[in-house]
Amino acid sequence: MDIAVIFQRLTESFVINIELFGMTLLFGLPLGLVIAFGSMSKWQPFEWLPGKLKRPDGKRWKKIISILVGAIAKWRPISWLTKIIVWIVRGTPLMLQVVIIFYVPSIIAVSKGLPSPWGSGRLLATGIAFIINYACYFSEIYRGGIESIHGGQNEAGQVLGMTRSQIFFKVTLLQVVKRIVPPMGNEIITLIKDTSLARIIANKEIIMMAQEYSAKGLIWPLFSTALFFLVFVGILTLALNWSERRLSYFR
Amino acid sequence: MKVLEVKGIQKNFGSLRVLKGIDFDLERGEALAIIGSSGSGKTTLLRCLNFLESPDQGTISVNGKTIFDASERLSLKSDEIRHNRLYFGLVFQNFNLFPQYTTLQNVTLAPQLLAKEREDYKGNRAAIFKELELNARDILAQMGLTDKLDFYPHQLSGGQQQRVAIARALALSPDILCFDEPTSALDPELTGEVLKVISSLAEKRTTMIIVTHEMQFAREVSDRVIFMDDGVIVEQGAPEQVFGNPREERTRQFLARYSG
Repeated sequence: MDIAVIFQRLTESFVINIELFGMTLLFGLPLGLVIAFGSMSKWQPFEWLPGKLKRPDGKRWKKIISILVGAIAKWRPISWLTKIIVWIVRGTPLMLQVVIIFYVPSIIAVSKGLPSPWGSGRLLATGIAFIINYACYFSEIYRGGIESIHGGQNEAGQVLGMTRSQIFFKVTLLQVVKRIVPPMGNEIITLIKDTSLARIIANKEIIMMAQEYSAKGLIWPLFSTALFFLVFVGILTLALNWSERRLSYFR
Repeated sequence: MKVLEVKGIQKNFGSLRVLKGIDFDLERGEALAIIGSSGSGKTTLLRCLNFLESPDQGTISVNGKTIFDASERLSLKSDEIRHNRLYFGLVFQNFNLFPQYTTLQNVTLAPQLLAKEREDYKGNRAAIFKELELNARDILAQMGLTDKLDFYPHQLSGGQQQRVAIARALALSPDILCFDEPTSALDPELTGEVLKVISSLAEKRTTMIIVTHEMQFAREVSDRVIFMDDGVIVEQGAPEQVFGNPREERTRQFLARYSG
């Protein structure tokens, strides 16, 4: 078969990888920040409980009850819930998440006699799984970055009369971005290679396309896919280096 | 009229009683030095005035208006606290400049953000910003930093950074300017330039509270000295009296340790 035709086919299918990559970054990066704030939430809705819960006869509660009440008072539900979600998402294979997001709604719909909600939107289903999965990893990088900023920056903003959101956007954010470029770079480089998992629900991305040739006995197209990833990661590395340099004007 | 009245301030961290009832006041144009050993509560007191800590007991009044009352602290809205903070300026021990902004931007950032709350902001933005920038340049000139306007903090020496921090606090024209050990993080040869700037502010009758370990400086620059120990004010008075002829034994011991 003609080499030029095979490369053209591979290039066309690599567009799917790039689309998935772009979708995941576009929505995953902001969602990751939201999740980071969720896991850092200090909201304690039952903080008042120990004060209000006095026995009418003035005696002390049994120890087990006061321990329980103390625990409920310290409970941070938003942080707790977010951390559980991050645990589940990071604790299970991305491939499995793609399968679940694609099939579970379809099975439910079909059992009720409705058409699959995804229709031909396999890539969309894959994208949603990728966005949620990667946002959870991003959130921990954001959290690390935010918590590494010296508390004095926040206090300086406060005594200068800034609001909390002004302090975050005008003071903290750029310092966080500078610190998280290297670990984010790692995740982003991993992401482009992870996009090949999309073939599990028959998105015709580059590896799946190449495997069609190897099934026919032609093995080199599969090996040649490495070139596509190498070139793409090369460009990414240049872009990441550029952004590090752009942010090197302050310390 | 008293510019500041502090009554019965108490602050605990868990079971640790850091401030055990602090009362003092301040006249407009007065420079007050607070001395005392580490852990005596001086810094916590400054942080309470700047609403970085919330006292458990006591009141704080500025210009006769109560801006903090511990018995009503839960009803304070964050916007009220934010505006009450502006009565005070605070210069930190380790500067806390914003690293991604130049000297000039560090000084203009907060005034520009506050200007957005002004009623005449819309339509006058350019004029207001121009005025704020001129004001910032003027203050930075007084700090001797005219040739450093476009430098980033990491390009400045510690003494220069601290002078930028002083300019940043002054740009909001606080009623009371607070210094939290402004020279403790500096190399000895750099403390002089910062102390000189603070002295020049004292000469211009800037109302100031200076927490410091520089005894000689406190004696020269202040109108009144407070000696704190173990969360209480042990002694206060004119610098000549507190340093030259202390009434309390604890003050004498403390000063002996410092001069010896």
